[in-house]
Amino acid sequence: MTTDGRTAEERTPEEQTGEKTADERAAERLSSAPVDDSELDAGSGAGGAAGIGFVGWIRWGWRQLTSMRTALILLFLLSLAAVPGSLVPQVSASPTNVAAFVTKHHTLAPIYQKLGLFHVYSSFWFSAIYILLFVSLAGCIVPRTWQFVGVLRSAPPAAPRHLVRLPVYATWRSRGADSEQTLAAAETLLRRRRFRVARSGDAITSEKGYLREVGNLLFHISLFGMLIAFAFSKLFGGMGTVVVIEGKAFSNNVSQYDDFMPSTFYTGDDLTPFGFKLDKFEASYQASGPQMGNPTMFQANVSYWLGTDPTKTKNAVVQENHPLEVDGSNVYLTAHGYAPVFQVTDAKGDVIYNGPTPCLPQDSNLSSTCAIKVNDGYVDNQGNATQIGLSGIFTPTAATDPASIRTMGPHSVFPDLADPEIYVNAYHGDLGDNSGAPQSIYELDTKHMTQYKLDGQPLTFALKPGQGFKLPSGGTVTFTSVQQWANFTVATNPGSSWALLSSMAAVLGLIGSLFVQRRRIWVRAVTAEDGTTVVELAGLARSESARIAEELAALALDLQDTAPADETAVTDEPDTVAAGTTPKE
Amino acid sequence: MFLADAAIDTRFASISNDLIYSAMAVFLLAFLAYACEWTFGGRSRIARQSAALAGKAGSSVADTVAEAERTAADAGKAPTVAVTVTRAGGGTTTLTRTVAAKAGSVDVVTRGDAAPPVDGVGASGGDERADRLGRIAVSLTTLAVLLDLGAVIARGISAHRPPWGNLYEFTCAMTVVAGLLFVGLLAARKNVRWMGLPLTFGALVGLGIAVTEFYTASEQLVPALHSYWLWIHVSGAMICGGALYAGGIAAVLFFVKDVHESRKAQDPAKAVGWWADVMDRLPAAATLDKWSYRINAFVFPLWTFTIIAGAIWAEAAWGHYWEWDPTETWAFITWVAYACYLHARATAGWKGRKAAVLVFIAFACYLFNAYGVSIFINGKHSYAGV
Ligand code: HEM
Repeated sequence: MTTDGRTAEERTPEEQTGEKTADERAAERLSSAPVDDSELDAGSGAGGAAGIGFVGWIRWGWRQLTSMRTALILLFLLSLAAVPGSLVPQVSASPTNVAAFVTKHHTLAPIYQKLGLFHVYSSFWFSAIYILLFVSLAGCIVPRTWQFVGVLRSAPPAAPRHLVRLPVYATWRSRGADSEQTLAAAETLLRRRRFRVARSGDAITSEKGYLREVGNLLFHISLFGMLIAFAFSKLFGGMGTVVVIEGKAFSNNVSQYDDFMPSTFYTGDDLTPFGFKLDKFEASYQASGPQMGNPTMFQANVSYWLGTDPTKTKNAVVQENHPLEVDGSNVYLTAHGYAPVFQVTDAKGDVIYNGPTPCLPQDSNLSSTCAIKVNDGYVDNQGNATQIGLSGIFTPTAATDPASIRTMGPHSVFPDLADPEIYVNAYHGDLGDNSGAPQSIYELDTKHMTQYKLDGQPLTFALKPGQGFKLPSGGTVTFTSVQQWANFTVATNPGSSWALLSSMAAVLGLIGSLFVQRRRIWVRAVTAEDGTTVVELAGLARSESARIAEELAALALDLQDTAPADETAVTDEPDTVAAGTTPKE
Repeated sequence: MFLADAAIDTRFASISNDLIYSAMAVFLLAFLAYACEWTFGGRSRIARQSAALAGKAGSSVADTVAEAERTAADAGKAPTVAVTVTRAGGGTTTLTRTVAAKAGSVDVVTRGDAAPPVDGVGASGGDERADRLGRIAVSLTTLAVLLDLGAVIARGISAHRPPWGNLYEFTCAMTVVAGLLFVGLLAARKNVRWMGLPLTFGALVGLGIAVTEFYTASEQLVPALHSYWLWIHVSGAMICGGALYAGGIAAVLFFVKDVHESRKAQDPAKAVGWWADVMDRLPAAATLDKWSYRINAFVFPLWTFTIIAGAIWAEAAWGHYWEWDPTETWAFITWVAYACYLHARATAGWKGRKAAVLVFIAFACYLFNAYGVSIFINGKHSYAGV
C-alpha cells in the first residue's frame, strides 16, 4: 500500500492485488510521501531478517525512523510529554512555586527532581523526542524534496494503457475530428486550465496542483526554521526584572537588576547602555459594579535615555501590551504595587532611615505584605546599636467592617489609595542580612529578632499616613506617605522575527498542502480505419477531491467543439460499468 | 477603541442577556424537533430493514448510470451536448451547452470501486411528516443562531469592545460560530442535516454552562487584554473551537457508523433494531469521515495561525513569544494532536477509526485548554473572569 493519502476506493484493483505495471504505478502516485515500510520490507527483504549485516541494520533503522508510522508515534509522544510541564510547577516559570512544592511534598519532590519534571521542556526525554522527530523529519523531507524536484523536471507520467481503469472516466466516438486535432485541442484546453501538459504517444498527459507538494515541503521545512529560531532566541536572548519606585531610576547593568537571567551568549557584558526613570505610575480601577476593583488601566510614565548620559531624556509611556523599545531591548511593565514611606529616628532623635519600601501584593485588592528593614544607624536608649525590622500589612483601602477583619485579618477592599493604612509589628535584633542566605525583600526573617512588647502584649499599630509610634527602646517610627512601584522586565529576543517569518511560511505551506488538490488528467484519441476517433478522458485525484468528475465533465464539454460525440463508443473493457454515449440526430 | 473610561451601556447588556435566554429556548425547541424527526423517521424502519436485507434498498451504480442515460436522452431533444456526472448519493449533474455541430452526450463514469459511497436516507427516513419536522428544526436552528449572534453583538455594543473578553462571552460566541457553520453549510446545499441534533445539543450545553458557571456582567477589560490581538487571537481560538466541535461530531458519528457498517457486513441479520435503523439513516461512514477530515483540516491552519498570533501577543505583553505557560502548552498539545490526526489519515493502517480516536483526543485537548486550564491551572493568561 502506498501512503499517498488515498482511500481504498481510489485504488485500482491492480494496485490492490499488487499487479501493477510500472506506468500505472507512476500514474497513481500523487504524492512523494514515503512508502510505508511494510511495502519496502517486502520489496527489499530487509525486514529485520538475519544476515543483513551492520549496514543493513543501519538502513533498516533509518527507514524505521523516517517512516510515517514513526513520525506519527513521535508526534503523539511529543504531545504527551508536554503535559506534565503544565501540571507540575516549572523552574523556568516560577522558581518560588517549585520551592513551595519541594517543601510540601517530601517524597514526590526528589522523584520529580530525578525525572526532570521541574524543567520538562529542557529535560533529556523531552529533548530526545523532539530531536528524534526532527531527525525523522529531515530523513523524510530531504528525499521528498529531491523526488519532487525530479517530478518537476520530468514530464507528467505517461498515460496508463487502460484509461478505463482509472477512477473517473469518459469516452465517446467522434466523426468530427481526427486524433491529432483532438489531442491538439485537448492540449490547448488543459493549458488554459493551467495544467502541466505533455504528449505521451497517442495521449496527452497532464497534471496540476503541484502547490500541494510545495506547500507540504514548505510547511515541514518551516518547522526547522521555527526550531532554529527558537534555539537562537534561547542562546542569544536574555532578560532581567527590576522593581522601580516612583521617582527612582534604573540603568541597564547587571548590578541594578533584581533578577537577571542570562543565556549562553548573552551575559552582563552584552547589555546595551540605557536607563530610565519612573516619573509616575498611574492605575485606574472599576469603581462600582460586580467587577468593582478590576483594573481598567495601568501605565508607567517614564523618561529614558540612550547611552550613559542621563541628562538627555525622552518621555515615554509603558503599558501592558505596549513595551518601550530601546536600542534592541524591550521594556515591559509586568507588575505594580505600593511602597509606603517610613521615617525612623533613633533614641537621640536623629533620622536614621527615610524611604519607600516596596510591598508585595497578595490579592486583587492589593493587600500587601511589607518588610521594612533598618540595617544600620539605630542606637537605642542604652547606647547599643541594633537593627530594627517592621513587618507590615499594607492596605490601600482598609477594610472597616470589624467582622471581616476578625475572620480575614487586616485586608484591603479596593486596590486604589482611598484609605491607606498599614498594620505593623516592630522587632529589634539581627535582621540576618549578613548570614549569607538569600533574603526576600518582602519578608522579615525574625529568627534572631525580638518583638517589641508593651505590658506583655506584642506592639501592633494601625497607621494612616502621617501617623507613627514611639519605639520602647527610644526613637520613633512614622508612616509618612505612599508611593507606587512598577516591576519592569527588560528582554532581548533576537531571532523572534525569524520565528515569525518561518511560522508564517508554515501557515502558507499548510494552506497549500491542505487545500490544493493534486490531480492528473489524460486524454487519448485514436482514429480508427473507418475515420471515427475514439476519445477517452480519465482523471485521478486524491480522495478529498470530489471535483475531479466535474472537472473532467467540463473538459469533455469543451472538447465537443472540436470532437463532438455522435455515436456510441464500444468499450473493450468488459469489467466497467456502462459507459457510453447516446446517439442523437 | 479601549477607552478606559468608556461607560458600559447596561441597556444593551440586558438585551444581550435576554437574547441569550431566547436563543437557548429556541435551541431547545430545535433540539426537540430534530429528536422527533429521528424518532418519527424510524416508523418505516421494519419495511426499510427488510428491504435492505433482501438487497433492494439503495441505488446501485448501474441504476445510477441507467438513470443518467435516461436524463441524457431527454436532453437530446434540444441541439445541445450533455455531459452527465454521477455524484454522491446517486444524484447526477448534467452540464449542457449548445454546439454548432451535431450533438451527442457523454457520461462521466466513476468506477464502481471508486464511486461515491451510498449515504443513508437521512433522519426523516423518507417519512413526509418527519421530514417536515426536520425542516422546522432547521428553521428553528437558524432562528436560534441569529438570536445568539444578536446577543453577542449586543454584548460588544454594550462594552465597546470585542465581545469575547472572558469565558462567558467566549463560550457564547463559540456556539454562534458552530451554529453559523452548520447553517452556512445547509445554505450551501450541503447534506449536513444529520449534524443538527448533536449541534443543538452542544449549543444548549455550552450556553447552559456559560450562563450558570461563567456568567460575568458586561464590563471593561483588564489592561492585560487591552490589545488589538484580542480581536485576532481570541476570535481565532473561538472560530476554531466552534468548527472543531462540528468536526468532532462528524468524527464521533463516523466512528459509530463505521462500527455499525462492519457489523452489518459480517452479519446483516444482526444489524436490525432501532439503533441499527438510526445508523442506517446516517450518511455512509466514508462520507462522515470525509466531513470530519474536511472540517478539521480546514481548521488546522487557522489554529496554527491562532497560536502564532498568541505568540506575537505574548511577546508584546510579557517579553517572550513562547514560555510554556500552561495555556501555551495546551495549545501546543492540541496542535500536535491534530497534526497527529492529519498524519494518521495519510498513514496506512491508521486511517478510519484509529484516526477518529485521535480527533476525540485532540478535541478533548482543545476543550481542556479553553476551560480546564483557565479554571484549574494558574498561568499568566488572565482570561477566565471566573
Ligand atoms: C515535526 C513535526 C511534524 C508536524 C507538526 C507535521 C505536520 C503535518 C501536517 C499538519 C500535515 C498535513 C498536511 C497534509 O495532510 O498534506 C503533514 C503531512 C505530512 N507529513 Fe508531517 N509533520 C511533522 C513531521 C513529519 C515527519 C517526521 C514526516 C516524515 C516521516 C512527515 C511526513 C509527512 C507527509 C509525508 C505528509 C503528507 C501526507 C500526505 O501526502 O497527505 N511529517 N504533516
